[in-house]
Amino acid sequence: MFYREAGQYKTNYAADMAVFPLRQDRIGIAVILAIAFIGIPLLGNDFFIASVMIPFLVFSLAAIGLNILTGYTGLISLGTAAFMGVGAYSCYKLTTFFPGVNIIVLILVSGLFSAAIGVLFGLPSLRIKGFYLAVATLAAQFFLQWAFVRIPWLFNYNASGAIEVPQRTLFGLPITGASATPETRYFVCLGLVVVLTWFASNIVHGKLGRSWMAVRDMDIAAELMGIKLLNAKLTAFAVSSYFAGVAGAMMIFLWYGGGEANDVFTIRLSFTILFMVIIGGLGSLIGSFFGAAFLSALPTALKFGLPALGVPIGGAAAEHVTFMLVGALIIIFLIVEPHGLARLWQIGKQKLRTWPFPY
Amino acid sequence: MTKSSIIRSVALGALLATGAIAAPANAQDSVYFANNAYRTGPFSGSGIPIGDGMRDYISMINERDGGVNGVKIVYEECETGYDTKKSIECYEQAKSKNTIVYSPWSTGATLAAIPRAHIDKIPILSMAYGLSASADGTNFPWVFIPPFTYWDGASLMVKHMAAELGGMDKLKGKKLGLIHLDAPFGKEPIPVLENLAKKYGFELKIYPVAAADMQNQGSLWLSIRRDRPDYLYNQGWGAMNPTAVKEAIKNNFPIGKLVGVWWAGGDDDARAGGPEAKGYKSLNLNAAGQNFPAIQDILKHVVEKGKSTTPKDKVGENLYNRGVYNSMLVVEAIRNAQKLTGKKVITAEDMRRGLESLNITEARLKEIGMEGFATPTSISCTDHSGHSKAYVAEWDGTKWTKPGEWLEPLKDEVRPLIEANAKDYVDKAGNWPKRTESCEKSS
Repeated sequence: MFYREAGQYKTNYAADMAVFPLRQDRIGIAVILAIAFIGIPLLGNDFFIASVMIPFLVFSLAAIGLNILTGYTGLISLGTAAFMGVGAYSCYKLTTFFPGVNIIVLILVSGLFSAAIGVLFGLPSLRIKGFYLAVATLAAQFFLQWAFVRIPWLFNYNASGAIEVPQRTLFGLPITGASATPETRYFVCLGLVVVLTWFASNIVHGKLGRSWMAVRDMDIAAELMGIKLLNAKLTAFAVSSYFAGVAGAMMIFLWYGGGEANDVFTIRLSFTILFMVIIGGLGSLIGSFFGAAFLSALPTALKFGLPALGVPIGGAAAEHVTFMLVGALIIIFLIVEPHGLARLWQIGKQKLRTWPFPY
Repeated sequence: MTKSSIIRSVALGALLATGAIAAPANAQDSVYFANNAYRTGPFSGSGIPIGDGMRDYISMINERDGGVNGVKIVYEECETGYDTKKSIECYEQAKSKNTIVYSPWSTGATLAAIPRAHIDKIPILSMAYGLSASADGTNFPWVFIPPFTYWDGASLMVKHMAAELGGMDKLKGKKLGLIHLDAPFGKEPIPVLENLAKKYGFELKIYPVAAADMQNQGSLWLSIRRDRPDYLYNQGWGAMNPTAVKEAIKNNFPIGKLVGVWWAGGDDDARAGGPEAKGYKSLNLNAAGQNFPAIQDILKHVVEKGKSTTPKDKVGENLYNRGVYNSMLVVEAIRNAQKLTGKKVITAEDMRRGLESLNITEARLKEIGMEGFATPTSISCTDHSGHSKAYVAEWDGTKWTKPGEWLEPLKDEVRPLIEANAKDYVDKAGNWPKRTESCEKSS
């Protein structure tokens, strides 16, 4: 009834190829952005913003990164956490070398280091595929994690091996360090995620994105059509690692605020992000957000939300219940909708178009 | 997970929930204390006894005395699974509920919380773990690390070695091996040991164990067999400790020369070695066993009344008693803060004052039924650790015993390092808040 394209004519090529062809979709995006930029900071308390929204944004960005590689190009990677770590450590080194440069610039630049490392470890993808490639990226995970502990230069020879996030400001307002409020950190995260998502959306809808999808669907056919596999695969690794790197830098600088960084970028994190991508929906940007919300925000909401609502549960029991519930939901989703939450979303929209008179 | 542990955790959940629901009813005369616990995950073997000990002592104070001077302590556990991400959530939760003190229970969680706590003005009590440099109260007014730091521990290991060999001068030419978890926690003792090795002329061999290889130390022990160190110091945690004990036995390393840091002194760590683990040593800050009036009171008022999920025979285990010790510090600090401020219901800022002038004397230990359970500790404005004494505990095949005397750490070696490191931390952080908190006279 409300969600229908009747009367919306596409009069030129650009309108026909728009990412959001329906006016309702465009309104929807505007509403979501308004909620994110105005509603949540106004209504959410510090705990919600710091422990639910910021992790959600960081994981969304990391999931977009992995989705570019796994969902759009069909290359499985188990090294996402390590690439995030490269971003975090290079951002730390950059703040040491260039204390005057704005931290947001440094966070964005640190992704480039991650992209370079990603390309290096992506080289085997030219020869190997599938499970074998997954194992090759595992090497990246283990090697880089080893490097984070063993190269004291990376953490400035700190006795406890930890990264300490210095205070940095934007327009006089602290955005990193302990005195930055959750709201400011949230706004910085949100700004970065929105801009980078827009960037990713443009890439995947463009020539590069189409070449990735061609490689994913059948690499031999893609090669015959004139797509250079070397370029396609390595750009996928580069862009994916860039996103992961920025997410990693955001994780340490805007969310954790320092600490034992090598403890964070473990294989477990790599798997978590892979699950986010699979559950959210392979090859879908909105799916990355769904997956991140499902695996990062839901456990927190269950753990702290249920006791707040008066459900008698606490401590370890909440943790066990979360394990069971999330596990069961994963299985249910994979059975009911193997294409992930993004597909479910699509079906929902499709149904809505014919509602209330389906034909 | 076994069936009984499910039942236990559900029962625990119910218990905690009733605590949480009961809280608003007497909000006027209660203080809220959030404790991080890890009853799930790979470190739960150590986390469960610690959490039990902490909870049971607080319950005992609430049951026996009706709280501290009539103020009940609302105790709530936040499950972290020893995961830094969840610890940060727990910190935010504790902050939003106005906890009087934050108890991180992991070095990673402590490191992440230190900068925030100085802004949010929440005292951190990291009992014998965390950032060694935070013992410098001038730069870290909100962090407390009694009764000693990892660096004190390393110096105690050297002292123990010297005592067994017959004097500091006998250390020359000896070999000390350090097995450590290859993570910030594990690497902590290295700078102190390196300094001492240079000073006393012994050789230091370092054997790192990656977290992924905690239970797979075969190749490492081959190098230990080749190097033949005279003593081994084990800075390990979780599954790494029982593995080290088993490997030492398998490789015929004299078990009496293997000394663990206090976190390697779990009953289950030693038990894994079977009867041959008899003689395994570990530094310790609390006595094990049930023969203390305070522990008896826990049995009488909490465990036997069915108000705890702890099995009766687990009460008095080494790590359980360590949890009790930590809660005792919290309770004594609350008492001290009440005395200082004259208020009954204290705030986090009052708690900081209470912690900073905490002075637990021999007489006080006797009053609270802990004579011989721990040594006196006192904290001052500059010294947030106390650098108190520890002893070398020995496993007799069934339980931890205390064969020797309490040893004092080499404070002269440790303190300059702490101050230099604290300064370094503060310089690097940039814009670190200057200490404005006034100094209390020790009570």
